[in-house]
Amino acid sequence: MAKARVKAPKTAAAGEMVTIKTLVNHPMESGQRKDKEGNLIPRKIINAFTATFGGEHVVAAAFEAAISTNPYFQFSFTVPATGDLVMKWTDDDGSMIEQTKTITVA
Amino acid sequence: MSFTRRNALALGSAAIAVTLLPLRAFAASEKSMEAITAFADGATVAEGGIELTTPEIAENGNTVPVEFSAPGAKRVMLLADGNPSPGVATFNFGALADPSGSTRIRLAGTQNVIAIAEMADGSYTQVAKAVKVTIGGCGG
Repeated sequence: MAKARVKAPKTAAAGEMVTIKTLVNHPMESGQRKDKEGNLIPRKIINAFTATFGGEHVVAAAFEAAISTNPYFQFSFTVPATGDLVMKWTDDDGSMIEQTKTITVA
Repeated sequence: MSFTRRNALALGSAAIAVTLLPLRAFAASEKSMEAITAFADGATVAEGGIELTTPEIAENGNTVPVEFSAPGAKRVMLLADGNPSPGVATFNFGALADPSGSTRIRLAGTQNVIAIAEMADGSYTQVAKAVKVTIGGCGG
């Protein structure tokens, strides 16, 4: 099962712009490679990512096969108040990975 | 087979067409144009306004770092013009988000990476950056 790693600050000032780095261990099989017998290896990628903070939409991404193995995505947003950053990745096979990071406004 | 005047003319015009092709290298491919038209809903796409950072030369096409920043954008699409299928990713930014991001992409060979942004006022803009790829990152 794919695993997500997220680097996010634990605290922030109100209204501060924070940068989140995410990386998922995933082969991102493009569907264009062939195995030894010359058969196409079926596509299996993380096709979507969403991030919400305190329930509010931050960023949503649709990924195609051109995203590298172990998809990396970095984004930035303004932290209005203490809240949970909820990130979700969707696999082609329908499975989901979810991670939550709490950012506290001191 | 005799080499007729008609054959000679056909060959000549084919040769001219081939030599003209490199001149069009900076125009987006047909597939990319389709994707841009779909993204922009047929609206005209201006140039500039997006900061797109790519390496000039990528040794390994399997993982090429790409960074973009499109102030005022609510949607950004990335395309790899020379890939078998040009789509890379589409981003949708909420009010809290900074319309920027960074990821790693696959490039099949030397080509242009294109970023297209939809601004908050509904206008569209694009930039393209050429990336030289030493080893392609598709197939294998």
